[in-house]
Amino acid sequence: MFRRLDDALTPAPVVGLTVDGTRIEARAGDLLAAALLAAGRGLCRTTPVSGAPRAPYCMMGVCFECLVTVDGMGSRQACLVPVREGMVVETQRGARVPGR
Amino acid sequence: MAGMSGDDADFAVLGGGLVGAATAWGLARLGRRVVVLDEGDVAHRASRGNFALVWVQSKGLGMPRYAAWTRQSSDLWSGLADELKRETGIDTRFERPGGFSLALDEAELERRVAMLRRLHNQPEMTVALGTEIVDRGRLAGMLPEIGPDVVGGVYCPFDGHANSLKLLRALHAGMQHHGAVYRGGCAVQAIEPSADGFRIRHDGGETRAARVVLAAGIGNARLAPMVGLEAKVRPQRGQILVTERLQPFLRHPVVTVRQTDEGSVMLGDSQEEAGFDDSVGTDVLATIARRATRMFPLLGRANVVRSWAALRVMTRDGFPIYAASARHPGAFLVTCHSGVTLAAAHAYVLAPMLAAGALAPDLAAFAPERFDVSPPG
Amino acid sequence: MSAPDLPARCDIAVIGAGPAGLAAATIAARAGLSTVLFDEQPAPGGQVHRAATTTPLADPVAILGVGQARGVALARDCAASGARILSGATVWSVAADGTLGVSLAGAASPVVARHVVIATGALERPMPIPGWTLPGVMTAGAAQILLKTGGLVGEGRVVLAGCGPLLWLLAAQYRRAGARIAALLDTTPRANWIAAARHLPGFLASPYLAKGLGLLAEVRRSVPVFGGVTELRAEGGTSGRLARVSFRRGARAEESLDADLLLLHQGVAPNVNLALSAGCAHDWDDAQLCFRPALDAWLTSTVESISIAGDGGGIGGAEVAEARGRLAALGALRRLGAGDPGGMRAKAAAHARAEIATGLRGRAFLDTLYRPAEAFRIPHDATLVCRCEEVSAARIREAVALGCPGPNQLKSFLRCGMGPCQGRMCSLTVTEVMAKARGVSPGEIGHVRLRAPVKPVTLAEIAAMPTSPEAERAVLRG
Repeated sequence: MFRRLDDALTPAPVVGLTVDGTRIEARAGDLLAAALLAAGRGLCRTTPVSGAPRAPYCMMGVCFECLVTVDGMGSRQACLVPVREGMVVETQRGARVPGR
Repeated sequence: MAGMSGDDADFAVLGGGLVGAATAWGLARLGRRVVVLDEGDVAHRASRGNFALVWVQSKGLGMPRYAAWTRQSSDLWSGLADELKRETGIDTRFERPGGFSLALDEAELERRVAMLRRLHNQPEMTVALGTEIVDRGRLAGMLPEIGPDVVGGVYCPFDGHANSLKLLRALHAGMQHHGAVYRGGCAVQAIEPSADGFRIRHDGGETRAARVVLAAGIGNARLAPMVGLEAKVRPQRGQILVTERLQPFLRHPVVTVRQTDEGSVMLGDSQEEAGFDDSVGTDVLATIARRATRMFPLLGRANVVRSWAALRVMTRDGFPIYAASARHPGAFLVTCHSGVTLAAAHAYVLAPMLAAGALAPDLAAFAPERFDVSPPG
Repeated sequence: MSAPDLPARCDIAVIGAGPAGLAAATIAARAGLSTVLFDEQPAPGGQVHRAATTTPLADPVAILGVGQARGVALARDCAASGARILSGATVWSVAADGTLGVSLAGAASPVVARHVVIATGALERPMPIPGWTLPGVMTAGAAQILLKTGGLVGEGRVVLAGCGPLLWLLAAQYRRAGARIAALLDTTPRANWIAAARHLPGFLASPYLAKGLGLLAEVRRSVPVFGGVTELRAEGGTSGRLARVSFRRGARAEESLDADLLLLHQGVAPNVNLALSAGCAHDWDDAQLCFRPALDAWLTSTVESISIAGDGGGIGGAEVAEARGRLAALGALRRLGAGDPGGMRAKAAAHARAEIATGLRGRAFLDTLYRPAEAFRIPHDATLVCRCEEVSAARIREAVALGCPGPNQLKSFLRCGMGPCQGRMCSLTVTEVMAKARGVSPGEIGHVRLRAPVKPVTLAEIAAMPTSPEAERAVLRG
C-alpha cells in the first residue's frame, strides 16, 4: 500500500521491532503507524462492535483507528508513537483485554 | 411531526426522561391516549447520566415502605425487560446476578454494616433485602479481580443492572408503539386546570388532557404549584467516568463500578450539592478513579473515554414523591432519583393507579405532606 | 504516576504547536511571561508544517514545494523566545479557571495557567461514503503526513477523491516524488463554479490564486482527472481490504476502478473539541459548514481566560493562523496587564489584523467553490456515520423519527459519538443528517456536549491528579 522513497531520503539507522511476533524494520524517527504501513502490516485491530478490520486512517491522532498494543500496553495510538528498537507490537482483536 | 398544537389526550405526561417514559409507556399499554411533552436536546436530563443499577441493598433507611417499593420493582424488572424486548426488539440487558458494595478499610465496612443493621431493624420493614456481609476471602471467589485493599463488602441477591440508555430508547419506542405521541422541544410554560381537564401551554403550542402527570425531574419544582402541589426537589450532582470497551471481567455490579453489556466500565459516582452547575471537576474524578483502581487494580491501564456530571433529583429525605392534587383532581406528581430501579414499578404499579384516577392508599408514605412535619431533634 | 516534567503553573499555556500556537507562544515568551506550549505530536509544526524540522526528505522543497522553511523558522523563533515547548504532551482537559489536565509520557498532572490559548487547528472534514472504514481507505491529509514524516508514498493503484486544495496539493507532491496516481476523482459540484464566480474579485487579490492555478495545471498534466463525480463507493475484496472504487459522472453509467489505496478529502473544519469542553460558545457557520467559536477582536472566547487562535477559530489557512496566533497572544498580554513598552501592542495588533484580512480575502471563493456536495455530507442510509460505534445514517434517521431532537439524545439512544474518537469523525455529519431529517438548521440541532477528558487518558493517570477532602466526602458512601 505504501513504499519508501529510499533514494530521496537522508540516511537513518534501522530500527527493529516485532509485530505479532514477526520482526519488521523501520527507520529511526518513524511513527509506528508509518512503520506498520511501510511493512505492509497496516491492519491494526478489529472493532469491538462488529469485528471489522481497521487500519490507520487520519495519521494525526484523531480517528483512533490505529490502536495497537505497544510493549504490553493496549490501545496506544500508533500514529502518535515513535518507533524504538526492540518495541513489541501486537494488533488488537475486539475489545481490549483488561489489565493489558 | 403532525400539528404542534391542538393535541387532545387522556393523559399529558410532562417529561420524557425515564420516569416520564416508564409512566407513559405504562399508561399507553393500558390503552390510554398519552401525549408526552419533553424539553429539547440540552435539558438537565438525569436519565442520560444515571449509573443504571437496579439496586436494592441500601434502600429504605428512614422509610421502610421505600425498601418494599424498591424490592417490588426489582422483582418486576425481568417482566419489563421481556415485554419491551418483545414489543420493540430492544434488549435492555437487565441482569440480576446480585450486587456488591465494597469497603477499602475496616472503618468503611463498619459504617456500611451499621447502616444496614439500622435499615433492617426498622419496625415497619415488610420485606427482606437478603443482604449478607462478605469477607475478603469469599469476595475474592466471587470477584476475582479485586485488589489487596478491599477488606470486605456487602452482597444483595436482588441487586442488578441494565442498560439505561437502551431502556430509555425502548420505553420511547414502546410508548409510541402503543400510540403515545412524543413531543420534544416542548418545554411547558403553563398548566391551566379547567372543567374538563387541563390546558397545557408549551413551546410547541397547546395540549389538552383529561389528566396530567408531572414527571419533569428538577422541573417539577416549577410546575407543581400550577396544579396546587408542591415539589421540594433540588439538584444533586453526580459525576461518572466511563472507560473504553473491555473484555468482560466483572460479572456482578458493584455500587460504584459496573461493566456494561457493551464492555465499557462505568465508575461512579459522587453526591455533591452544587446547584445547577453540572460541570465536571478533576478532584472528584481523581477520587473516583483512585477508589476504582484500588478496588480493581487492572482498571488502572484502561482508557477513560468520557466523563459526565448529571443532576439527581433529590428530595430532602431522598425518597420519591407520589402525589395527587386535592385542589385539581386529575393532576399527579411523580418524582424520584432512581428512574432505572423504579422503572418497573412506575410502569406496572403506578401507571395502572393513574389510569384508574387515584393513587392507592399504600403509597401514602410517599405523599409530600411528610415534609410538613419538622424533623425530630 | 504524576508527570515530573510538567510545570505546576505558568502565565500562558498554549495548546497546539502549529503556526498559530508557535506564533502565540513566541510573542508571549518574548514579553517575559512564563509560557508553555503543549503539543501532542513528537515535534512542533502542526499539520501544515508537519515534521518541518525532522522530515527525512533530503530535499523537501523539491517534493513538498515551499512552506517547510516557514515551519522551520517558526519553530526556531519559538525555541529562542524562551517558551517551553513540550512535545508528546496531551492536554485532555481545560477548565474555565485555567487549570489544564496534561499527560506526558504516561503520567498526568494539572497545570494552572493564568491564560490559555487554544490553537488546536483543523481536522479533515469527514467524508462518509460507503466503505470508508475499509483498510486501504485513508484521508489525503494522512497520506501527506506519511510523506512528510516518513518519506512514504502510496503504491499500486492509488486513487484520490474529493475536493479542496489539499487534494490537488497532495497529487502534485506525489507527482514530484515520482509516485503514480491512477485517478483523481473530483467531487466538486459543477454548480459551485458558478456560485463561486461572484467571489472571484476577492480571490484575484489573494496570494492563493497563482499557487492554486499552478497546482491544478501541474496535476492535470500528469494525472487522469475525472470531474463531476457523484455516488462514490469504496468496495472491499475477499481480503476485507479495499479492492475497487465505484462512482458516477452525471448521467453516465456507473464506472469502477480497481484500487489499492483510496485517499479521501473534502476540506477541513475547526478542531473544536477542547474549546467546546471548556465551555466556549460556538455558532454554526454555514459558509464553512462547521461550528466555530464566538471570538472578540482579540480572539478571546466567551470564557474570558481562553483565547482561540488559528484554524480552530475558523478556517483561514497557515498564514492567517500565524497572524491569529500573534493577535491572540497580544490579547492575552493585554488581559494579564503585561507591560507594553513603547505602546507597541496596539500597532502589532493592527498589523496582525491587517494580515488576517488580507489572508482571508480569497476565502469566500474557496469556501464556495469547494463546498462539498450535500450527498457527500449527508449520506445514504446504509453508510456508516460513526466509525467507532458503527452507527449508520439509517439508524440516526430512525432515532429522529422516534423524536430524538439532537446529538445529545442521539448519543444516548445509539452510542453515536461515544467511542474513543469522541465524535471527531462523526459530529459534523450527525448534525447535518439530523438537521436535514428534522427540517431545521444545523445551528438549531447543535453540537454534542463534550467533557473532559477530551482525549482518552488512563484511569491511573486520572487517579494521580490531586484530590480534595470535599471531593473525598462527595464520593465516599456511608
